[in-house]
Amino acid sequence: MIGIIDYGMGNVQSVLNGFEYVGAAAQVIEKRDDLSACSRIVLPGVGAFGVGMEALRKRGFIEALREEVIEQNKPFLGICLGMQLICRESFEFGRHDGLGWIDAVVRRIPDNTGVCIPHMGWDDITVRRGNRLLDASGSPDMYFVHSYYVDTADSRIITATCRYGLEFTAMIEKGNIYAVQFHPEKSQAAGLGILRRFAEVKEAVCC
Amino acid sequence: MLKRRLIPVLFLKNGLIVRSETFSYHQNLGNPLDEVKRYNDWNVDELIYVDISREKYYDLRRDDLRVTGKNNILDIIREISKVCFAPLTFGGGIRTLEDIRERIRRGADKVTINTAAIEDPSFITRSAREFGSQCIVVSIDYRYMNGAPKVYKGGAEETDLDPVAWAVEAEKRGAGEIFLNAIDRDGMANGYDVGMIGKAAKSVTIPVIACGGAGTFRDLIDVARNTTVSAVAAGNIFHFTEMAYPRAKDNMIRNGIGVRTN
Repeated sequence: MIGIIDYGMGNVQSVLNGFEYVGAAAQVIEKRDDLSACSRIVLPGVGAFGVGMEALRKRGFIEALREEVIEQNKPFLGICLGMQLICRESFEFGRHDGLGWIDAVVRRIPDNTGVCIPHMGWDDITVRRGNRLLDASGSPDMYFVHSYYVDTADSRIITATCRYGLEFTAMIEKGNIYAVQFHPEKSQAAGLGILRRFAEVKEAVCC
Repeated sequence: MLKRRLIPVLFLKNGLIVRSETFSYHQNLGNPLDEVKRYNDWNVDELIYVDISREKYYDLRRDDLRVTGKNNILDIIREISKVCFAPLTFGGGIRTLEDIRERIRRGADKVTINTAAIEDPSFITRSAREFGSQCIVVSIDYRYMNGAPKVYKGGAEETDLDPVAWAVEAEKRGAGEIFLNAIDRDGMANGYDVGMIGKAAKSVTIPVIACGGAGTFRDLIDVARNTTVSAVAAGNIFHFTEMAYPRAKDNMIRNGIGVRTN
Protein backbone atom coordinates (compact mmCIF):
# COMPACT_ATOMS: atom_id res chain seq x y z
CA MET A 1 0.00 0.00 0.00
CA ILE A 2 1.29 3.43 -1.00
CA GLY A 3 0.71 6.09 1.63
CA ILE A 4 0.20 9.63 0.36
CA ILE A 5 0.82 12.10 3.14
CA ASP A 6 -1.90 14.70 3.65
CA TYR A 7 -0.42 17.56 5.65
CA GLY A 8 -2.74 20.23 4.31
CA MET A 9 -0.46 21.26 1.42
CA GLY A 10 -2.30 20.85 -1.83
CA ASN A 11 -3.44 18.31 -4.29
CA VAL A 12 -3.43 15.00 -2.46
CA GLN A 13 -6.54 13.89 -4.34
CA SER A 14 -4.90 14.26 -7.76
CA VAL A 15 -1.93 12.14 -6.66
CA LEU A 16 -4.29 9.49 -5.29
CA ASN A 17 -6.27 9.56 -8.55
CA GLY A 18 -3.05 9.06 -10.51
CA PHE A 19 -1.97 5.99 -8.55
CA GLU A 20 -5.47 4.50 -8.74
CA TYR A 21 -5.53 5.10 -12.49
CA VAL A 22 -2.33 3.08 -12.97
CA GLY A 23 -3.72 0.31 -10.80
CA ALA A 24 -1.61 0.87 -7.68
CA ALA A 25 -3.18 0.55 -4.25
CA ALA A 26 -2.82 3.88 -2.46
CA GLN A 27 -4.42 5.74 0.39
CA VAL A 28 -4.27 9.18 1.92
CA ILE A 29 -2.48 9.26 5.28
CA GLU A 30 -3.50 12.00 7.70
CA LYS A 31 -2.04 10.55 10.92
CA ARG A 32 1.61 9.72 11.55
CA ASP A 33 0.71 6.41 13.19
CA ASP A 34 -0.85 5.16 9.97
CA LEU A 35 2.45 5.54 8.10
CA SER A 36 4.05 2.35 9.44
CA ALA A 37 1.44 0.21 7.65
CA CYS A 38 2.50 1.66 4.26
CA SER A 39 5.15 0.00 2.14
CA ARG A 40 5.86 3.12 0.05
CA ILE A 41 5.48 6.77 0.92
CA VAL A 42 4.65 9.80 -1.21
CA LEU A 43 5.06 13.38 -0.04
CA PRO A 44 3.21 15.67 -2.46
CA GLY A 45 2.74 19.35 -1.89
CA VAL A 46 1.96 22.76 -3.27
CA GLY A 47 2.82 25.84 -1.26
CA ALA A 48 5.56 27.57 0.67
CA PHE A 49 8.51 25.72 2.24
CA GLY A 50 8.25 27.14 5.77
CA VAL A 51 4.54 26.47 5.98
CA GLY A 52 5.12 22.94 4.69
CA MET A 53 7.79 22.11 7.30
CA GLU A 54 5.62 23.51 10.05
CA ALA A 55 2.66 21.45 8.84
CA LEU A 56 4.79 18.27 8.89
CA ARG A 57 6.11 19.11 12.36
CA LYS A 58 2.66 19.82 13.82
CA ARG A 59 1.34 16.48 12.63
CA GLY A 60 4.37 14.54 13.86
CA PHE A 61 5.42 13.52 10.36
CA ILE A 62 9.06 14.62 10.60
CA GLU A 63 10.04 11.83 12.99
CA ALA A 64 7.68 9.31 11.39
CA LEU A 65 9.17 9.99 7.96
CA ARG A 66 12.72 9.60 9.25
CA GLU A 67 11.80 6.26 10.80
CA GLU A 68 10.09 4.88 7.68
CA VAL A 69 12.29 6.30 4.92
CA ILE A 70 15.76 6.65 6.44
CA GLU A 71 15.78 3.81 8.92
CA GLN A 72 13.45 1.31 7.26
CA ASN A 73 14.44 2.27 3.70
CA LYS A 74 10.91 2.32 2.34
CA PRO A 75 10.70 3.73 -1.21
CA PHE A 76 9.87 7.44 -0.97
CA LEU A 77 8.68 9.84 -3.67
CA GLY A 78 8.72 13.60 -3.10
CA ILE A 79 6.71 15.70 -5.54
CA CYS A 80 7.31 19.44 -6.08
CA LEU A 81 7.32 20.95 -2.57
CA GLY A 82 7.76 17.37 -1.35
CA MET A 83 11.07 17.27 -3.25
CA GLN A 84 12.21 20.56 -1.79
CA LEU A 85 11.36 19.56 1.79
CA ILE A 86 13.92 16.72 1.77
CA CYS A 87 16.73 19.26 1.21
CA ARG A 88 18.99 20.67 3.90
CA GLU A 89 17.56 24.16 3.83
CA SER A 90 15.49 26.63 1.83
CA PHE A 91 15.60 30.36 1.27
CA GLU A 92 11.92 30.80 0.48
CA PHE A 93 10.65 33.72 2.61
CA GLY A 94 13.62 33.55 5.00
CA ARG A 95 15.86 30.60 5.86
CA HIS A 96 14.25 27.34 6.90
CA ASP A 97 15.67 23.95 7.81
CA GLY A 98 14.43 21.04 5.72
CA LEU A 99 14.40 17.32 6.38
CA GLY A 100 18.06 17.18 5.32
CA TRP A 101 17.98 13.84 3.51
CA ILE A 102 19.90 15.18 0.55
CA ASP A 103 22.76 17.64 0.45
CA ALA A 104 20.92 20.43 -1.34
CA VAL A 105 19.61 23.94 -0.92
CA VAL A 106 16.33 25.36 -2.23
CA ARG A 107 16.78 28.67 -4.05
CA ARG A 108 14.60 31.03 -6.05
CA ILE A 109 14.85 30.81 -9.83
CA PRO A 110 16.83 33.95 -10.73
CA ASP A 111 14.56 36.44 -12.49
CA ASN A 112 17.40 38.39 -14.05
CA THR A 113 17.55 35.83 -16.85
CA GLY A 114 14.45 37.17 -18.61
CA VAL A 115 12.17 34.30 -17.63
CA CYS A 116 8.80 34.69 -15.92
CA ILE A 117 8.39 33.36 -12.39
CA PRO A 118 6.78 30.99 -11.60
CA HIS A 119 8.03 28.45 -14.09
CA MET A 120 4.60 27.18 -15.08
CA GLY A 121 3.66 24.87 -17.89
CA TRP A 122 5.06 22.00 -19.93
CA ASP A 123 8.81 21.83 -20.21
CA ASP A 124 11.17 19.12 -21.43
CA ILE A 125 13.54 17.36 -19.07
CA THR A 126 16.94 15.93 -19.99
CA VAL A 127 17.72 12.52 -18.58
CA ARG A 128 21.18 12.65 -16.99
CA ARG A 129 21.58 9.03 -16.02
CA GLY A 130 19.72 5.76 -16.07
CA ASN A 131 17.15 5.60 -13.33
CA ARG A 132 14.23 3.57 -12.20
CA LEU A 133 11.40 6.02 -12.75
CA LEU A 134 11.99 6.97 -16.39
CA ASP A 135 12.65 5.35 -19.70
CA ALA A 136 16.27 6.12 -20.43
CA SER A 137 15.60 7.62 -23.85
CA GLY A 138 13.97 10.85 -24.94
CA SER A 139 13.34 14.17 -23.25
CA PRO A 140 9.66 14.12 -22.28
CA ASP A 141 7.66 17.24 -21.45
CA MET A 142 6.48 17.39 -17.86
CA TYR A 143 4.16 19.85 -16.14
CA PHE A 144 5.94 22.27 -13.78
CA VAL A 145 4.62 24.90 -11.37
CA HIS A 146 7.33 26.34 -9.12
CA SER A 147 9.35 29.44 -8.29
CA TYR A 148 12.13 27.69 -6.35
CA TYR A 149 14.47 24.91 -7.37
CA VAL A 150 16.72 22.33 -5.75
CA ASP A 151 20.42 23.24 -5.98
CA THR A 152 22.71 20.34 -5.18
CA ALA A 153 26.46 19.90 -5.52
CA ASP A 154 25.99 16.13 -5.40
CA SER A 155 25.62 15.49 -9.12
CA ARG A 156 25.45 11.72 -8.54
CA ILE A 157 21.89 11.97 -7.27
CA ILE A 158 20.61 14.03 -10.22
CA THR A 159 18.79 11.83 -12.73
CA ALA A 160 17.19 14.56 -14.86
CA THR A 161 17.48 18.30 -15.32
CA CYS A 162 15.43 21.06 -16.91
CA ARG A 163 16.51 24.41 -18.32
CA TYR A 164 14.54 27.52 -17.40
CA GLY A 165 16.72 30.57 -16.89
CA LEU A 166 19.28 28.13 -15.57
CA GLU A 167 19.80 24.38 -15.56
CA PHE A 168 18.10 22.97 -12.48
CA THR A 169 17.42 19.59 -10.91
CA ALA A 170 14.20 18.02 -12.22
CA MET A 171 14.61 14.52 -10.73
CA ILE A 172 16.60 12.94 -7.96
CA GLU A 173 17.33 9.34 -7.02
CA LYS A 174 19.33 8.43 -3.94
CA GLY A 175 18.87 4.86 -2.82
CA ASN A 176 15.23 4.48 -1.85
CA ILE A 177 14.62 8.24 -2.12
CA TYR A 178 13.09 9.56 -5.34
CA ALA A 179 11.97 13.13 -5.98
CA VAL A 180 10.60 15.15 -8.89
CA GLN A 181 10.21 18.90 -9.22
CA PHE A 182 7.35 18.60 -11.76
CA HIS A 183 3.90 17.13 -11.20
CA PRO A 184 3.73 13.56 -12.54
CA GLU A 185 0.05 13.45 -11.58
CA LYS A 186 -0.54 16.31 -14.04
CA SER A 187 1.87 15.21 -16.77
CA GLN A 188 -0.38 12.87 -18.75
CA ALA A 189 1.07 9.52 -19.85
CA ALA A 190 4.71 10.52 -19.20
CA GLY A 191 3.85 11.42 -15.62
CA LEU A 192 1.60 8.43 -14.99
CA GLY A 193 4.51 6.24 -16.12
CA ILE A 194 6.59 7.66 -13.28
CA LEU A 195 3.86 6.90 -10.74
CA ARG A 196 3.49 3.38 -12.12
CA ARG A 197 7.23 2.69 -11.98
CA PHE A 198 7.47 4.10 -8.45
CA ALA A 199 4.68 1.73 -7.42
CA GLU A 200 6.76 -1.14 -8.85
CA VAL A 201 10.32 -0.31 -7.68
CA LYS A 202 11.83 -3.10 -5.65
CA GLU A 203 13.59 -2.54 -2.35
CA ALA A 204 16.30 0.06 -2.21
CA VAL A 205 19.74 -0.44 -3.73
CA CYS A 206 22.27 1.46 -1.73
CA CYS A 207 24.23 4.06 -3.68
CA MET B 1 12.01 25.14 -23.50
CA LEU B 2 8.66 26.09 -22.03
CA LYS B 3 5.96 24.99 -24.48
CA ARG B 4 3.07 27.00 -25.87
CA ARG B 5 -0.13 25.33 -24.71
CA LEU B 6 -3.17 24.35 -26.75
CA ILE B 7 -6.21 24.22 -24.49
CA PRO B 8 -9.74 22.97 -25.20
CA VAL B 9 -12.34 25.08 -23.39
CA LEU B 10 -15.58 23.39 -22.44
CA PHE B 11 -18.67 25.32 -21.50
CA LEU B 12 -20.97 23.57 -19.07
CA LYS B 13 -24.60 24.49 -18.76
CA ASN B 14 -26.76 22.65 -16.27
CA GLY B 15 -24.27 19.80 -16.26
CA LEU B 16 -24.02 19.40 -20.04
CA ILE B 17 -21.34 20.50 -22.47
CA VAL B 18 -22.70 23.18 -24.77
CA ARG B 19 -21.56 24.95 -27.87
CA SER B 20 -21.46 28.67 -27.29
CA GLU B 21 -22.00 31.49 -29.76
CA THR B 22 -21.37 35.11 -28.76
CA PHE B 23 -22.10 33.95 -25.21
CA SER B 24 -25.84 33.91 -25.93
CA TYR B 25 -26.76 30.85 -27.97
CA HIS B 26 -26.04 27.44 -26.45
CA GLN B 27 -26.44 24.10 -28.13
CA ASN B 28 -26.22 20.92 -26.06
CA LEU B 29 -23.35 18.69 -27.08
CA GLY B 30 -23.27 16.01 -24.46
CA ASN B 31 -22.06 14.71 -21.20
CA PRO B 32 -18.83 16.08 -19.70
CA LEU B 33 -17.64 12.68 -18.53
CA ASP B 34 -17.92 11.17 -22.00
CA GLU B 35 -16.16 14.18 -23.46
CA VAL B 36 -13.27 14.10 -21.03
CA LYS B 37 -12.37 10.57 -22.13
CA ARG B 38 -12.00 11.81 -25.68
CA TYR B 39 -9.80 14.71 -24.60
CA ASN B 40 -7.78 12.31 -22.53
CA ASP B 41 -7.18 10.10 -25.56
CA TRP B 42 -6.01 13.23 -27.32
CA ASN B 43 -3.40 13.81 -24.61
CA VAL B 44 -4.36 17.47 -24.11
CA ASP B 45 -2.03 20.01 -22.49
CA GLU B 46 -4.71 21.32 -20.17
CA LEU B 47 -8.51 21.67 -19.94
CA ILE B 48 -10.60 24.68 -18.98
CA TYR B 49 -14.22 24.22 -17.92
CA VAL B 50 -16.48 27.22 -17.57
CA ASP B 51 -19.81 26.65 -15.90
CA ILE B 52 -22.28 29.09 -17.44
CA SER B 53 -25.36 27.69 -15.73
CA ARG B 54 -27.77 30.25 -14.45
CA GLU B 55 -30.06 27.69 -12.86
CA LYS B 56 -28.94 25.65 -9.90
CA TYR B 57 -29.69 22.17 -11.20
CA TYR B 58 -27.56 19.83 -13.26
CA ASP B 59 -28.73 17.03 -15.49
CA LEU B 60 -26.20 14.82 -17.21
CA ARG B 61 -29.02 13.26 -19.29
CA ARG B 62 -27.55 9.86 -18.74
CA ASP B 63 -29.51 7.37 -16.71
CA ASP B 64 -27.19 4.58 -17.81
CA LEU B 65 -24.07 6.10 -16.25
CA ARG B 66 -22.82 4.05 -13.38
CA VAL B 67 -21.81 7.22 -11.62
CA THR B 68 -24.89 8.69 -10.04
CA GLY B 69 -25.77 11.87 -8.30
CA LYS B 70 -23.54 14.08 -10.41
CA ASN B 71 -25.95 16.87 -9.87
CA ASN B 72 -23.57 19.69 -9.22
CA ILE B 73 -20.34 21.13 -10.51
CA LEU B 74 -18.32 19.82 -7.57
CA ASP B 75 -19.27 16.22 -8.37
CA ILE B 76 -18.42 16.84 -12.01
CA ILE B 77 -14.96 18.15 -11.01
CA ARG B 78 -14.35 15.09 -8.87
CA GLU B 79 -15.25 12.68 -11.66
CA ILE B 80 -13.22 14.52 -14.28
CA SER B 81 -10.12 14.61 -12.07
CA LYS B 82 -10.26 10.83 -11.69
CA VAL B 83 -9.67 10.25 -15.36
CA CYS B 84 -7.80 13.32 -16.62
CA PHE B 85 -4.15 13.80 -15.68
CA ALA B 86 -3.44 17.24 -17.08
CA PRO B 87 -3.95 20.58 -15.34
CA LEU B 88 -7.66 21.28 -14.82
CA THR B 89 -9.11 24.75 -14.57
CA PHE B 90 -12.67 25.39 -13.47
CA GLY B 91 -14.56 28.66 -13.64
CA GLY B 92 -18.03 30.07 -13.41
CA GLY B 93 -19.91 31.31 -10.38
CA ILE B 94 -16.87 31.54 -8.09
CA ARG B 95 -17.46 34.25 -5.50
CA THR B 96 -15.75 33.19 -2.28
CA LEU B 97 -12.53 31.63 -1.02
CA GLU B 98 -14.64 28.66 0.02
CA ASP B 99 -15.82 28.22 -3.59
CA ILE B 100 -12.16 27.99 -4.64
CA ARG B 101 -11.22 25.63 -1.81
CA GLU B 102 -14.08 23.27 -2.66
CA ARG B 103 -12.97 23.05 -6.28
CA ILE B 104 -9.31 22.47 -5.44
CA ARG B 105 -10.24 19.81 -2.92
CA ARG B 106 -12.02 17.88 -5.67
CA GLY B 107 -9.17 18.05 -8.12
CA ALA B 108 -9.13 21.49 -9.75
CA ASP B 109 -5.63 22.91 -10.17
CA LYS B 110 -6.73 26.42 -11.03
CA VAL B 111 -9.89 28.46 -11.05
CA THR B 112 -10.99 31.35 -13.22
CA ILE B 113 -12.63 34.32 -11.58
CA ASN B 114 -14.50 37.00 -13.48
CA THR B 115 -17.48 38.79 -11.88
CA ALA B 116 -16.11 38.53 -8.35
CA ALA B 117 -12.79 40.08 -9.46
CA ILE B 118 -14.52 43.02 -11.15
CA GLU B 119 -16.87 43.69 -8.26
CA ASP B 120 -14.09 43.44 -5.68
CA PRO B 121 -10.54 43.42 -7.10
CA SER B 122 -9.17 42.66 -3.63
CA PHE B 123 -10.68 39.20 -4.08
CA ILE B 124 -7.85 38.47 -6.54
CA THR B 125 -5.28 39.32 -3.88
CA ARG B 126 -7.01 37.41 -1.13
CA SER B 127 -7.41 34.28 -3.23
CA ALA B 128 -3.81 34.46 -4.52
CA ARG B 129 -2.55 34.78 -0.96
CA GLU B 130 -4.60 31.80 0.16
CA PHE B 131 -3.99 29.42 -2.75
CA GLY B 132 -0.98 30.88 -4.58
CA SER B 133 -1.01 33.03 -7.71
CA GLN B 134 -0.49 29.99 -9.92
CA CYS B 135 -4.00 28.91 -8.99
CA ILE B 136 -5.82 32.15 -9.82
CA VAL B 137 -6.73 32.83 -13.43
CA VAL B 138 -8.54 36.11 -14.04
CA SER B 139 -10.98 35.68 -16.88
CA ILE B 140 -11.55 38.77 -19.01
CA ASP B 141 -14.48 38.80 -21.44
CA TYR B 142 -14.62 41.80 -23.74
CA ARG B 143 -16.42 43.10 -26.79
CA TYR B 144 -16.18 46.21 -28.92
CA MET B 145 -18.70 48.98 -28.29
CA ASN B 146 -18.47 51.80 -30.87
CA GLY B 147 -14.97 50.61 -31.68
CA ALA B 148 -13.72 50.65 -28.09
CA PRO B 149 -13.00 47.37 -26.28
CA LYS B 150 -14.98 47.05 -23.07
CA VAL B 151 -14.76 44.38 -20.39
CA TYR B 152 -18.03 42.57 -19.79
CA LYS B 153 -18.81 41.39 -16.30
CA GLY B 154 -19.72 37.71 -16.27
CA GLY B 155 -19.88 37.94 -20.06
CA ALA B 156 -23.14 39.87 -19.94
CA GLU B 157 -22.86 43.31 -18.41
CA GLU B 158 -20.82 46.13 -19.91
CA THR B 159 -18.28 47.88 -17.67
CA ASP B 160 -15.99 50.86 -18.19
CA LEU B 161 -12.89 48.70 -17.93
CA ASP B 162 -10.44 48.43 -20.81
CA PRO B 163 -9.32 44.79 -21.18
CA VAL B 164 -5.58 45.56 -21.34
CA ALA B 165 -5.69 47.95 -18.38
CA TRP B 166 -7.74 45.41 -16.44
CA ALA B 167 -5.24 42.65 -17.24
CA VAL B 168 -2.40 44.84 -15.91
CA GLU B 169 -4.41 45.58 -12.78
CA ALA B 170 -5.23 41.89 -12.28
CA GLU B 171 -1.54 40.98 -12.49
CA LYS B 172 -0.67 43.68 -9.98
CA ARG B 173 -3.26 42.27 -7.60
CA GLY B 174 -1.84 38.77 -7.77
CA ALA B 175 -3.42 36.96 -10.72
CA GLY B 176 -1.31 34.09 -12.02
CA GLU B 177 -2.76 34.03 -15.54
CA ILE B 178 -5.14 35.96 -17.77
CA PHE B 179 -7.83 34.16 -19.78
CA LEU B 180 -8.77 36.65 -22.50
CA ASN B 181 -11.98 35.93 -24.35
CA ALA B 182 -13.40 37.99 -27.25
CA ILE B 183 -17.19 37.74 -26.97
CA ASP B 184 -17.75 39.05 -30.49
CA ARG B 185 -15.73 36.18 -31.89
CA ASP B 186 -17.11 33.43 -29.64
CA GLY B 187 -18.41 30.69 -31.93
CA MET B 188 -17.93 32.84 -35.05
CA ALA B 189 -14.87 31.00 -36.41
CA ASN B 190 -13.51 34.22 -37.92
CA GLY B 191 -10.05 34.11 -36.34
CA TYR B 192 -8.58 35.46 -33.12
CA ASP B 193 -8.49 39.14 -32.21
CA VAL B 194 -4.73 39.09 -32.78
CA GLY B 195 -4.20 42.84 -32.25
CA MET B 196 -5.83 42.95 -28.83
CA ILE B 197 -4.32 39.63 -27.75
CA GLY B 198 -0.84 40.78 -28.75
CA LYS B 199 -1.24 44.02 -26.84
CA ALA B 200 -2.50 42.28 -23.71
CA ALA B 201 0.27 39.65 -23.81
CA LYS B 202 2.94 42.37 -24.09
CA SER B 203 1.44 44.39 -21.23
CA VAL B 204 1.72 41.71 -18.56
CA THR B 205 4.46 39.31 -17.51
CA ILE B 206 2.06 36.54 -16.46
CA PRO B 207 0.84 34.03 -19.06
CA VAL B 208 -2.07 35.05 -21.29
CA ILE B 209 -4.47 32.46 -22.68
CA ALA B 210 -6.18 33.64 -25.87
CA CYS B 211 -9.71 32.52 -26.65
CA GLY B 212 -12.46 33.28 -29.13
CA GLY B 213 -12.67 32.92 -32.88
CA ALA B 214 -10.76 29.77 -33.82
CA GLY B 215 -12.24 28.43 -37.04
CA THR B 216 -9.29 26.74 -38.68
CA PHE B 217 -5.92 25.37 -37.63
CA ARG B 218 -4.44 28.38 -39.44
CA ASP B 219 -6.11 30.65 -36.84
CA LEU B 220 -4.33 28.81 -34.01
CA ILE B 221 -1.00 29.19 -35.77
CA ASP B 222 -1.60 32.88 -36.56
CA VAL B 223 -2.27 33.89 -32.98
CA ALA B 224 0.66 31.83 -31.67
CA ARG B 225 3.04 33.21 -34.27
CA ASN B 226 2.00 36.87 -34.14
CA THR B 227 1.65 37.32 -30.38
CA THR B 228 3.54 36.21 -27.29
CA VAL B 229 0.57 34.38 -25.73
CA SER B 230 1.49 31.40 -23.58
CA ALA B 231 -1.58 29.43 -24.56
CA VAL B 232 -4.15 29.23 -27.30
CA ALA B 233 -7.62 28.09 -26.26
CA ALA B 234 -10.62 27.13 -28.32
CA GLY B 235 -13.95 25.46 -27.90
CA ASN B 236 -16.09 24.65 -30.90
CA ILE B 237 -13.28 23.66 -33.26
CA PHE B 238 -12.54 20.70 -31.01
CA HIS B 239 -16.16 19.59 -30.91
CA PHE B 240 -16.98 19.65 -34.57
CA THR B 241 -13.81 18.58 -36.37
CA GLU B 242 -12.71 14.97 -36.43
CA MET B 243 -9.52 14.43 -34.38
CA ALA B 244 -9.18 18.20 -34.21
CA TYR B 245 -6.82 18.36 -31.25
CA PRO B 246 -4.03 16.05 -32.47
CA ARG B 247 -4.36 17.44 -35.98
CA ALA B 248 -4.15 21.01 -34.69
CA LYS B 249 -1.00 20.11 -32.75
CA ASP B 250 0.57 18.52 -35.83
CA ASN B 251 -0.18 21.64 -37.81
CA MET B 252 1.37 23.86 -35.17
CA ILE B 253 4.50 21.70 -35.00
CA ARG B 254 4.90 21.76 -38.78
CA ASN B 255 4.63 25.54 -38.65
CA GLY B 256 7.36 25.86 -36.08
CA ILE B 257 5.21 26.65 -33.02
CA GLY B 258 6.91 25.25 -29.91
CA VAL B 259 4.18 23.02 -28.52
CA ARG B 260 4.45 19.89 -26.44
CA THR B 261 4.83 16.76 -28.52
CA ASN B 262 4.97 13.72 -26.23
